Amino acid sequence: MYRKRILKKVISSSFLLFFAISLGAYAQNNENVVKGKVVEEGTGDPLPGTTIMQKGTSNGAVTDANGNYTVTLSEKGEAVLSFSFIGYKTQEVPVNGRSTIDVQLQVDISTMDELVVVGYGSVKKEDATGAVAVMDAEDFNKGAINTPQELISGKTAGVSISSNSGAPGNASTIRIRGGASLSASNDPLIVIDGVPIDNTMMGGSSNILSTLNPNDIASFTVLKDASSTAIYGSRASNGVILITTKRGERGLKVTYNAVASVYTVPKTMDVYSGDEYRALIGDLYEGNEEVLALLGDADTNWQDEIYRTAFGMDHNLSVSGAFREVPYRVSVGYNNTDGILKTYNFEKTTVSLNLDPYFFDDHLQVKINVKGMDNNNNFAEQGAIANAIYYDPTKPVLNGNTRWRGYTTWTTGGANGNAIDLATPNPVAQLELTDNTSNVKRSIGNAQFDYSFHFLPELRANLNLGYDYAESVGHNNVKDNTQWVYIPTPAGGRISRYAGKSQNELLDFYFNYRTDLEELDSKIDATAGYSWSHFKRMGEDSVMNQYMEQVTYNDYANEYYLVSFFGRLNYTWKDKYLLTLSLRNDATSRFSPEQRWGLFPAAALAWDIDEEDFLKDNKAISNLKLRLGYGITGQQDITGGNNYPYFAKFTISNETARYRFGDNYYYTLRPDGYDANIKWETTVTSNIGVDYGFFEDRISGSLDFYYRDTRDLLSTVDVATGTNFSARVLTNVGSMVNKGIELNINGVLASSQDFEWNLGYNVSYNNNEITKLNLNNDPDYIVPVGGIAGTTSGTIQVQKVNYPVNSFYVYEQVYDAEGNPLEGVYVDRDNNNVINSEDLYVSEKPNADVLMGINSSMRYKNWDFSFAGRASLGNYVYNNVAANSTYQGLYSSMGFLTNASTQADKTKFETAIGTNLSDFYIENGSFFRMDNINLGYRFQNLLGSKLNLRVSGGVQNAFVITNYSGLDPEINGGLDNNFFPRARVFLLGVNCEF
Amino acid sequence: MKSFRILSFSLMAAALLAGCVNDLDTEPIDDQIISSATVFDDEVAYKQFLAKLYGALTLTGQRGESGLPEISANDEGTTSFLRTFWSAQEITTDEAINGWGDPGMIEFHGHLWSDNNLYIKLLYQRLFINIAYCNEYIREVGTRVTDLSGDLRADVEDYIIEARFLRALYYYYALDLYGNVPFITEEDGIGAYLPEQIQRADLFDYLENELLEIVPDMKAPGTNEYARADQAAAWTLLAKMYLNAEVYLGEGNDRFDDCITYSKMVMDAGYSLHDNYAELFMADNDRLRNEIIFPVAEDGNYTRNYGGTTFIVHAAVGGNPDPVGVSGGWSGNRMTTAFVNTFEDVTGATDTRAIFTTEGQTGTEIEDPDMFQQGYISHKFSNLKSDGTPGSNATFVDTDFPLFRLADVYLMYAEAVLRGGAGGDRATALNLINQLRERAYGDQSGNIQASDLTLDFLLDERGRELYWEGHRRTDLIRFGVYTSAGYLWDWKGDVKNGRATSSHFQIFPIPSSDLSVNTNLEQNNGY
Repeated sequence: MYRKRILKKVISSSFLLFFAISLGAYAQNNENVVKGKVVEEGTGDPLPGTTIMQKGTSNGAVTDANGNYTVTLSEKGEAVLSFSFIGYKTQEVPVNGRSTIDVQLQVDISTMDELVVVGYGSVKKEDATGAVAVMDAEDFNKGAINTPQELISGKTAGVSISSNSGAPGNASTIRIRGGASLSASNDPLIVIDGVPIDNTMMGGSSNILSTLNPNDIASFTVLKDASSTAIYGSRASNGVILITTKRGERGLKVTYNAVASVYTVPKTMDVYSGDEYRALIGDLYEGNEEVLALLGDADTNWQDEIYRTAFGMDHNLSVSGAFREVPYRVSVGYNNTDGILKTYNFEKTTVSLNLDPYFFDDHLQVKINVKGMDNNNNFAEQGAIANAIYYDPTKPVLNGNTRWRGYTTWTTGGANGNAIDLATPNPVAQLELTDNTSNVKRSIGNAQFDYSFHFLPELRANLNLGYDYAESVGHNNVKDNTQWVYIPTPAGGRISRYAGKSQNELLDFYFNYRTDLEELDSKIDATAGYSWSHFKRMGEDSVMNQYMEQVTYNDYANEYYLVSFFGRLNYTWKDKYLLTLSLRNDATSRFSPEQRWGLFPAAALAWDIDEEDFLKDNKAISNLKLRLGYGITGQQDITGGNNYPYFAKFTISNETARYRFGDNYYYTLRPDGYDANIKWETTVTSNIGVDYGFFEDRISGSLDFYYRDTRDLLSTVDVATGTNFSARVLTNVGSMVNKGIELNINGVLASSQDFEWNLGYNVSYNNNEITKLNLNNDPDYIVPVGGIAGTTSGTIQVQKVNYPVNSFYVYEQVYDAEGNPLEGVYVDRDNNNVINSEDLYVSEKPNADVLMGINSSMRYKNWDFSFAGRASLGNYVYNNVAANSTYQGLYSSMGFLTNASTQADKTKFETAIGTNLSDFYIENGSFFRMDNINLGYRFQNLLGSKLNLRVSGGVQNAFVITNYSGLDPEINGGLDNNFFPRARVFLLGVNCEF
Repeated sequence: MKSFRILSFSLMAAALLAGCVNDLDTEPIDDQIISSATVFDDEVAYKQFLAKLYGALTLTGQRGESGLPEISANDEGTTSFLRTFWSAQEITTDEAINGWGDPGMIEFHGHLWSDNNLYIKLLYQRLFINIAYCNEYIREVGTRVTDLSGDLRADVEDYIIEARFLRALYYYYALDLYGNVPFITEEDGIGAYLPEQIQRADLFDYLENELLEIVPDMKAPGTNEYARADQAAAWTLLAKMYLNAEVYLGEGNDRFDDCITYSKMVMDAGYSLHDNYAELFMADNDRLRNEIIFPVAEDGNYTRNYGGTTFIVHAAVGGNPDPVGVSGGWSGNRMTTAFVNTFEDVTGATDTRAIFTTEGQTGTEIEDPDMFQQGYISHKFSNLKSDGTPGSNATFVDTDFPLFRLADVYLMYAEAVLRGGAGGDRATALNLINQLRERAYGDQSGNIQASDLTLDFLLDERGRELYWEGHRRTDLIRFGVYTSAGYLWDWKGDVKNGRATSSHFQIFPIPSSDLSVNTNLEQNNGY
């Protein structure tokens, strides 16, 4: 952070100088001029580009190629000059009336002298012992950023961030080192300003992080290995992301940012045009009048009908400063973005307030954070995306009927006949007649009291009280006289309302004791504390038709608590040898009293090798640290709102699951499945890492190896039949290993007054394997997962021992001599002359082997240019769109036609069924995506004022390189079934600051 | 002052800690979720829990339509007992072929399944979950019943007996479909143990004893509330077991005498045939208690699910759903031509049981199993009431499923007599068969002579009378033609003209998922 600030100063002071020279050349007053030369201490080499500033003013200068400078001061008596240059220790020199001041700058060995936020406290980066990645505003992706996750996508090894869809404001899937759990959540713990947030999304909300305005974020810290995360024990198995927001500083500062963006559809699916379709059906069903009669004579491109070029805007205003000595920062953000799918809209207003009052001679520091969001969504009817591919292209959008609101509809007996319920819905009608909107209000806030004791300032007590409240209301209504809504009544439309509320509270309390034991050449930093959190959610939903008939109503409420005790000891010896020990004792109300406490220890050792004598004077190696870490973390974050998995209980049915005795209908009362002995899933992580920096950290980075073994996986699996009240029960079963390598390299390729270039590259390799799945370790045991569209029994993925999570489970396609797939012919893997489910085999998996990120930022004078891209290798995708596109599927005996992707031409499957389980549809989805390209120009001190302005333009999702035959290979989970396409975004932005 | 502040701070913290650790003992706060410890505090729970034991004949979860299921599947409807039981009994035979192209369904009709077949697994899971519910009822309610008094106690004692009947029923289907299965009673608990496997013959003995033990305590025929089991239901179940005893116990172990005994007990209990065959399968068939001995009760408003008769009715509809009173068809099940041809007149003009249509179909030959529009479809099950008006909901069907009905008992009696059982006579058998045929034909034109009454005739007649009522697989096995070349139907063995298939398909396999978990289980022969 410190370094970054210096860099910023270099840039800003260069501009300053430029203005000072051009505007004030003749205003120079010789009396107040100071000259001199700046050189490197020891070598005497001149240091061009060094920034000289008169403290407390905007007077400044930059040294020339020979290290010489001339600076004009406001006065020479009290003035203090500050000399700063990247990689050197900043020096402050009182002028004392002198006219010539020569300075020797000392190389800063600990250039990374920045604070790293860790769980319950912070450490100096040089004292950090774990695998930790820090990204601050300078590192963030630029452009039209609608969600915080986008800021750091592709920025560091081992952290994969991938948007779930192209809908604006939508969530991203974040995986740190591939995810440690099977059925439990694989989301990392996200802590915003000390408040761990609930990562379960509420109905009607699109993104758990949307409360946070990306512009308010100061930094992300990603804790990757157990030695750093174990302090968050129970919730840390999948890594921790700590987000800190910007805070007020003394001195008024106002910023305003605006981004206007245009969202375009990068690519649509190739489907048969009206003419092609008529020809194809005519050919396949030659002579079959019944089928041929279904064809129309239009030529509709349904995808054109549902997509649009969309616009978005984003405004942010922040004011920071100090009010009566209390630093504050207030910001307001407004984002309104349309989706490329017609009617989709995302609108969000966020406010945030930070206050940092100090009391009792600064012994009590208080940090108050309040964030609020008001978010309106129009989710549209996203089924239209698939239906635009499958709707018959020979039909017009409107056919003039009077029964189905004029929209062309599959009916029997003429345009005004009865609708065919299961026929493809008209996608335009779906968009125009659906009202699927929600409003979400959420506030996250906390007050953190940090008291350093008057009699013992090394001891601090810290109390953190936080809350996270959210409320959502929404509905997904459809007008009546529509074909695709036939429940509760045919053509009756739908009124579907829902509302939900979540209330989470947090209390953390800890003591921290920090002291230097100089006689032992040691430093001790010890923390001990307690944490309590409560999560509660409730909601209701109802469905009825447009005439308020046939109402069904459901409601729910559940809660859970987490209670923890934790401690951490950091011990530093000779500033070179670092030891961290941490221990956390966690309890969750989700497990029985006998099982609910889990103990999660961790230890880490680090060795600052560059501090050793043999390296201290080495010019090439500026930083070298070896880190060893080992730790155990826990998992209890069961997905699906199951907060009582150990508890024997009954569930009473709703009114439509009753059963008749005599003339009465009785609510049915069911004992629920449970595992009385369910306990913590634990992950044991070992990590070996090296942080390195060469040539004054012109090249720096880290290399990590990890091995992560998750045991007692919380997983929903089949139980011995007859022994429980549900077929599958959430229980501890099996284990899984993730192992991998991560490499980060950052290079400062140029660093001069006019030209700077930073290039970052990261690569990570992760290998995942399930090592155990049930008690007797049967290697043939499978847990089917991954439902696919188009069948009632279809699952395409399995969990199987010795294979990665969610591996594809398919038939092995047989090909003819030309390499075309033979219809319905698969390899008889068990050689019994029968092709059945015994012949399925594991082929590939959806998760990538290798992920890479590359990012570059360049500045030439006032211009800046940056780009960031990501590559994913070895991720496979099940092309469900292609699998559903066969000649066989074009005509349904219910009396309607279905269009298809032209990928049907590759198979020409005409009659065979069940072809969607062929491995033909498992495709390599490796890709490179240029996430964003951004060009900016900066105007400094505009019109002589303190106003700085940056104007920028850019492209997001600029291009994708892939061999995948579908629309987009980046599919979380690997099942490509009509994904909301990611838009290509062109944007124009302006940032003002004074 | 300073130290006071610290002290009070510490005290506050200590108090908080203690209070907060107690927070961990949460109980469900949702009023639809009730702790097992207190659930029976409310007396209505006894009957509501019983409603689940019965409801699990068709319902799939605690939310109507779908939601909160007890068995997970891609399509919750496939976890309905009635739906998947029906599929196993019908789609594997000449009476039904499915057009969805669903691999599990293709395996069913083609006799191609392995122990990974999804439907075999879902049906097995459904049976044993229902058994587990019954065990819980017998165990938990059994320990409480002695604390009750008066009418409530008498009622709850009846409920427990019915829970035992239902458990026997589900075990009977397990025995018939899977042979040697895990065996769990109320003596076994819940949770971490592996049940032992019971041999088919031992299970038969257990069921016979269990049913004979509970029958005296069951309600007399026709005296229980609608849709609850009575003695006639238990007698019918016993008759079915005895009729098939040779299949279950091995050759020579026939029990036809007992079959006749129990069939007669049902026939003597006051039941009679309803005069209109088609109405037995319509939306208001709940009034036909004179013939329907034990139904699965369905309701379009209150018993919603995508299994049961909702599946049977919708899956049999392609283009035009109006004739069966629903809003749309699922284009799934139709008849094989071989089956349809067991009727002399397929038009329904003479034998009104031939409720077939080719409306909207392109032909009667099934050239491609996946083409629903090939072959005959049947509208036997309908969501129309007998007055022609539709049921209460156009998606969820009102029609109850006649799990046991008198006509089946007539046919069992006749078959047991023909197979040499004592205690009955051929003349009565002939008379019973002709009663069925008279109803079907509306007059005596379809009646048969004593010489016509052969076993082969009876197999066909069972098909004609009982098709799509969940009996076919068991019947074909008993007659030895389920897998043999003795009777071929379209696409048996996955070839157009049919072929013999391996005899091991007469019992379904124990699903591989359970074999992997329960190491006490041995797979059935041939899998």
